[in-house]
Order: sequence, then C-alpha cells, then structure tokens
Amino acid sequence: MKKMIAAVLLLATITVNAQSDKFAAGMKKNLEQMGAAKTTADFQAAASAFERIGDAEKTQWLPYYYAAMCLTIPAWADGNVDKDANADKIKGFCAKAEAAATTNEDKAEIEAVKNMAATQQMMVDPQSRWMSYGKEAGDALTKGMQLDPNNPRVYYLQGMSLFNTPEQFGGGKDKAKPLFEKAVELYKAAKPKPFYPDWGQKETEQKLAECNQ
Amino acid sequence: MLMSCTMVAIYGLAQVTISGKVKDNRGRGIIGASVSLKDSYDGGITDSAGHFKFVTTEKGNFVIIISEVGYVEYTQTINIDKEPVVLEVSLKEKLDELKAVTVTAGAFEAGDKKRAATVLSSIDVATTAGSNADITAALKTLPGAQQVGEQEGLFVRGGTGYETKQYIDGTVVNNPYYSSVPDIATRGRFSPFLFKGTVFSTGGYSALYGEALSSAVILESIDLPERTAANASISPLLAGAGIQTLAKNKKSSWGANYSYLNLVAYFNIVPQLVDYYKMPEFHNADFNYRIKTKSGGMIKYYTTFSYSELGLRRPDIDSTDLKDAFGLNNHNWYNNLSWRENLGKGWKMNLGAGYSTNRDDISQQLQDQQNNNVDSLPNTPWFTLKNYYIKNRQDLAQVRGVFEKKLGGISAIRFGSEYWYGYNRSEYMGYQSVVKDNLLATFAETDIYITNGLALKAGARYEYSSVIKKSNIAPRLSLAYKTSPGAQVSIAYGTFYQKPENRELIVTNNLGYTKATHYIANYQKTTNDRIFRIEAYYKKYEDLVKTYPAFNNAGSGYAKGIEFFWRDKKTFKNFDYWISYSYLDTKRDYLNYPGQLQPNFAAHHTASIVTKRFITNIKTGFNVTYTYATGRPYYDFRLNSTGKYYIADQGTTKPYNSMGFSVNYLPSLGKKDAKTFIVLFASVTNVLGANQVYGYNYSYNGQNKEPVLPPAKRFYFIGCFLSWGIDRSQDAINNNL
Repeated sequence: MKKMIAAVLLLATITVNAQSDKFAAGMKKNLEQMGAAKTTADFQAAASAFERIGDAEKTQWLPYYYAAMCLTIPAWADGNVDKDANADKIKGFCAKAEAAATTNEDKAEIEAVKNMAATQQMMVDPQSRWMSYGKEAGDALTKGMQLDPNNPRVYYLQGMSLFNTPEQFGGGKDKAKPLFEKAVELYKAAKPKPFYPDWGQKETEQKLAECNQ
Repeated sequence: MLMSCTMVAIYGLAQVTISGKVKDNRGRGIIGASVSLKDSYDGGITDSAGHFKFVTTEKGNFVIIISEVGYVEYTQTINIDKEPVVLEVSLKEKLDELKAVTVTAGAFEAGDKKRAATVLSSIDVATTAGSNADITAALKTLPGAQQVGEQEGLFVRGGTGYETKQYIDGTVVNNPYYSSVPDIATRGRFSPFLFKGTVFSTGGYSALYGEALSSAVILESIDLPERTAANASISPLLAGAGIQTLAKNKKSSWGANYSYLNLVAYFNIVPQLVDYYKMPEFHNADFNYRIKTKSGGMIKYYTTFSYSELGLRRPDIDSTDLKDAFGLNNHNWYNNLSWRENLGKGWKMNLGAGYSTNRDDISQQLQDQQNNNVDSLPNTPWFTLKNYYIKNRQDLAQVRGVFEKKLGGISAIRFGSEYWYGYNRSEYMGYQSVVKDNLLATFAETDIYITNGLALKAGARYEYSSVIKKSNIAPRLSLAYKTSPGAQVSIAYGTFYQKPENRELIVTNNLGYTKATHYIANYQKTTNDRIFRIEAYYKKYEDLVKTYPAFNNAGSGYAKGIEFFWRDKKTFKNFDYWISYSYLDTKRDYLNYPGQLQPNFAAHHTASIVTKRFITNIKTGFNVTYTYATGRPYYDFRLNSTGKYYIADQGTTKPYNSMGFSVNYLPSLGKKDAKTFIVLFASVTNVLGANQVYGYNYSYNGQNKEPVLPPAKRFYFIGCFLSWGIDRSQDAINNNL
C-alpha cells in the first residue's frame, strides 16, 4: 500500500514537473525566438508561438503577455502595420492575460502593454485621436500605477509620453526626468522572477542621460 | 519506466511535418494566419503566400485550429502518426460592421467614428476658414453645394435651399436657420460642437428620411461629455457663458448656455452697405439633459430658445429719394427628445419627439430721406408692395419611432413611422391664413451584406399629407461593392417627394407632391490620411410647383453633373487640405419661369480648396479657404400683352471669388494642469476684397437694375473662448512621485 501511494505520488510529481518543464522549455524557446526576431513577420511568428502556449496552458498569463509584446515591439517602427488592427489583437491578448493573471503586480505589467497599444493608435493621427486614444493610453498607466506603485515600466512609459510631448503641450525633458529617475530607482530594486518582464532599464537610463544633457 | 515514457512524449524524436496553405474565399493566400494544434505548443504562422509548415512530436488525434482576425476560425481533427500531414484550408470571411462596405453614393459622412467614409469632424467645421463655425458654410466647401450668398440654405445639385432638410437625432428641424433677411444669408442655429456625427447627403439617401427633394443633413448629437466644465465666450460681437456637468457616476449630464450677440460696436467700426436703424441683437439660451439607461441606451433632451431683432434700410429701387426700411423680430423655441435603446436579441429602438415654434414679425416701410414714414404715394402701383407687415408663426410637433433587427451577421432590417403636425399661420396686413397639416410617414429598409465587400440597401417610404390629401410611395435602392482594400464603387437610386411650401399652400391646397428621381454612381478610395471621391449623377424633377398662369404642378427640370473630392493629411506634414470641384448642368421650369431655364442659384462650375496648418511650436493654427464659382444667370421676367411671362432681360453675374482666413491660438493646449483652457480666434472672410455679385434686383418698371451685394465686403471676427474643467487623470501619477 505504501509502495502504491509512493508510486502514485511519484507519478504525480513527475507529471507536474514534466508539465512545468514543458512550459519552461516552451517559454525559453519562444523568448529566444522573440529575442532573435528582426522583422515584423518574425515577431508575429513569435507572438503566435506564445499564443499557442497560452491556449494550451490556460492558467498562465505570461505567454499572452509576451504574445502582446511581440506585436507591440515592431509596430513602433514599421509604418506598414495597420495600427488599429494590430492594437485590437494586442488588446485581445491583454484581455486573455488579465483573465489568467492573479496578482495586481502582474496586472500592472499588462496595463503597460495596453498603454503602448493605445499610444500607437493615437500616433496615427494625434490631432484627432488625442482625445480618445491619448486618454486611453494615460488611463492605462494611471491604473497600472494604482495596481503596482513599484512597477518601473509604467513610470518609464509615462516618462516617455512626456519626453515625446513638446514642451508647449505640457511635456518635455524637465517633466519626464523625475519619472525616469523614479523608474531607475525601481528597476534597481526589482527582482523579477524567471520569465517575468524585465525590459526597459537600459532604455530608461539612456533617456535619463538625455534629460541630464 | 514512467520517466522514460514521459521523456519520449516530450523529447521524442519521431517528428511529423504538418504543412499546407490557408486561402480566402477567392483562393488568395492569407498572410499571418495562426495554425496551431489544440492543447499543444506546436504550430506556425502562414507566410506571404499563405503557406505554413511546422513539425510536431505529438501523436494521435489532434484538433488543428486556423485563425486570423476578420475570418471565421477553422477547426479540423487530424490524426498524427508517421506520415506528414498536408492541409489546404479556405477561411470564411467574418462579417464585420467596421470593415464592411457602406454605401457612399451621395453621402459625405463627418464625425469621429472610425468609419472609412468619415470626411469632416466638428473641429474641421470650426476650423474651416470662412465658415465661422457654421455647419452649412463648412458643408458648402464639399462638392454638390452652390455658393449662394444672398439667402440661407444649402442649394444642392440644382435644387433650391428648401429642398435640403436637416434632421437632428432623426427628427426634422423646421427652422434650421435664423430668420431670413432679404438678400442676406443667415447662419444656422446649431453649433457644430453639439454633434458627434454629421452626414451630408447630396442625394440617394435612406428611406428613413423624407420631405426633401435634394439633400439631407443628418446630425447626431453627442452623448455624455467627457468631464464637467464651465465655458465663456468673449468678443466685441458677443458674450456667452455656460456649464456642462457630468455626474460622478458618469451616467448622466446636464448643461446650460446663454449668449448675447450685438453688432452695434462692430457696425460702428466696419461700415455696412445697409443702414441698420435697429442694430441686430440675438439672445440664445439652451439646456440639455442626457442620461444613460440601465441597458446602455441613451435618453437625450435638448432645447434652445432664441430671440432676435434687427432693422435695416436700403435705398428704394423704384425711386431716387425713398428708402425701404425692413424690420424683423424673431422668437424661436426648439425641443428635441430622443431615446435610443438596445432591446436585446438583436433589436434596437430609436424613438424621437420634437416640438418647435417660430414667430417672425416682419415690417416693411417706405421712408423718405429724413427716415420719416411715407404712408401714401398716389398713382404708384408698387407702393403696396413696399408698405406692409407680416406676422408668421410656424409650429411643428412630431413623433418618430424606428426599430432595427439584426438578421444574423450584420445584415439588418429597419422600419418605423413618423407623424408631423404642422401649424402655419400667416397674417398679412390683418388678413390671416392658416395651413395645418398632418403628415404621416411609414418606412422600411434593409441592409443586406452578401460579403464584407458587397452590400445592398433597399427601402421604401410611404407618406400621406392631409393638407393636400395625397399620398406617395418612394422606393430607394443602393448598392456598394468593395473593389480593393479601401476602394469601392457604389450606386444609388431613389425617388423623393416633398409637399409644396407653405407660402404656396396658403394660396391653394389643390396641389400635389413635387418629385425628384436620383441616379448616382460613385467611386471612393480611402486610406487613413487620404480620401478620393468621384461621383456622377442625374436627377430628374417632376411636378414642380408653378405659380403662373395658375398654381399647379406643371413644373419640371433636371440636373446632371460630376463632382470630385480629394482630402490629404499625409503629403505635407502638419498640413491638411481638401479640394472639391462640382460641375452642374441644370434647368428647371418652376414658379413664374417662362420655360426650362438654368435657375438663378446654379453655377456651372464650383471649386473650393480648404487648407489647415497647425504649427505646434507656437500652438497656432492657420486656415485658408478659397472658393471659386462661375457666374450665375439672372433674369427679369415680365408679362407681355397676352398675359404670358417672357424674359425681358437676362445676364450672367461675374464669377464668384472668395478667400477666407482664420487663425486659432491655443496657449493652454497640452498643459494638463492648466485650470483654464483658452482659445483665441480671429477670422476674416473675402480677404482679397473681391466684388461679390449674387444677382440683380429689378425695379417695378424694369428700367433700373441693381446688383445684390453682401452688406459688407468682408466680415471680421475676433473672440476668446475659455473653458474651465477639472482633469483628475494626473493625480495618481503625481501622488506616487
């Protein structure tokens, strides 16, 4: 009997480990694919690979988070991406990630991605879209800060928003600087878990240096 | 043992290749479609030709899922064993309201919606130089409208001003303009900022709208404001203040505004051709209440009241030493109540009610050089035409209901009914006449989407008017076909009926409906920043009202033409412009015309170029509009000895030229912490001072003709608009720093 219990326990442990090994291996492979991606098509392929992990696991928010990130990153530079359609997909992944996320800290990370998607939509036609997508982008950061006041990325993104806004419109280096400083401080204190988002520190330090020039 | 099984499952080397092609319904490869094996990590994405290929170590029965935005997801169970799997799948297009083609023939849609047909936003209206934030003036820069400056209204494709009707949230507006003054165009009563969407239809419009032969301006009022704010306007011409509140739960709002306009200071500085003995004064007050219903619908109430008075003198055309003194007092009260609701199960409801009353007290008096009244002139037949008073009252009460049912996918059927009760009383020198009308209309139409790229709209409208005791049935049909992404052709056909004007019905109600039949073909190509349109039309007029030799429906006419529109926000950075051109060939026989003639409000060629440049460094926008129209005909009709009208004199006015300029400075733009938002605005019409002649007036004996000119060459406006609102969106950020 004891042997049997032991065998069942062993089996269970192995299955669980195998399952999480499979997840870890899949994530690792996809993160490498994402890191190596150069073109929009590469990123889209990585996004769909993350989506497949998300769909298979159902309880993990990170695959969907990275799927959303994979669509966000190339859209900054690629003028051929239909920003509205792309943002709809990003927001779709964000919604799935939110459904799986359990902590406020995780949800704050997702708000950062939502901010970027809305910002990309706003930039299509800032004059007429400022009122709608500009507000949506700002609201995402506000919510992100409320969920996790220690998330460095939301401060970095808020800083970027001000950095890219002309001084006459209430932005500029001086306004952005305290946000970058706060973000750097938080980056230094942060101890991200495996596979958790850790991007943005280098960019923040670079922008802070530009503010100090 | 167990370990090794698991190992094989995960790291097994027996890989199987799954490949294939994903196509759309026309056999073209779909790029970027996701292909995945359900519950596994394996899958791929299609390349630019729609091909995909991936390897899997899974074995057994798996569901393969192929998906792409805009298409219905495809699933199939496959057995993975040793052999490679090859699939060829065609995805069915998902019908999507935003992507689906819409009929653009005849319609210029303006608003903040994502729709491709959007042409102008309310900001565009406000910043169109020369328009002074008047919706009608801005719409005149679009193809189809004439540059008529001597009377209000939109003269569209050979139609008169009264052939264009305005509708707010579905209900018709009886007096959309400030009351007429002879030879001077008045403004519209409604600010562009009241509306989130505007459709300017120059023909072929839906069966939901009737009683307009030529054109429909369909205005959709805004729902809830973004925030609570107070506002004020200060200008040498006007002063105003208002408040708009948004409830804390963001479910309801109310607002009220008052403004006062007085031109005394302005006319002292800028001389006018006419002598204002009573300086124009306008009081306007409005109130709105809007509430969101539990199921996401909206109830909106809007009311506006205005009172105005003015008096002006001009030299009398029939004498050398007399003047015509014209006086006008106007009261107008407008009410609009609408209720929009989702009833569930694909049903939508739109109810509307409106009540408006308009009173004009008009006086016309001959005066001598000392401005004393001349009350008798023996042996002058035109004397009675110059000394009179008129009291007009126009009331309109109406109710309307429209129901819509989705027919699976995005096809829909819409039907409804409306009832208008019109009461029109005119008192001329104590002689009173009243026209009452009960007008009932029932209409139905259906939108059928065969695919996202092919849509058909078919409808019909039935009307019965009690004053003429006649009914009509007007069919409408339109079709749109997407030729490539962003490009489409559409065609529209429809018959349109309009009952005779009240001033004709006062004489006799033995008249029938006037009728127009529209045929329109349109091509439109749209990208995010550019729109190109070309449209050709033919319009046939029948049963127009003749007033001589008898009041009857013997009039007729036609209009045909071609129009271009191009808007581009992309080519030049921070520079937005549009160009429109209309060619119009029209003739009509109506009123006292002796036969079919090109009417005096129609020019063959009209072109506008509207430019807007916003310079962010100085937070200032510069807007220039230039409009050109070829000359319009003018006529002097006289009775000959046999009692028939003939053309005693005719000609063509000189071409019309106008360049408008406006500048808006927004010093607090972007300052989120600013408590006051300031807009400084200045504009001038007809910068170049072109001599604008709208036509000619003839003296009673036909020997004297005088040009119809605007009261001043240029109109200047300067103003400061302030608003105070509380934006709390930055609080959370500042608190955390």
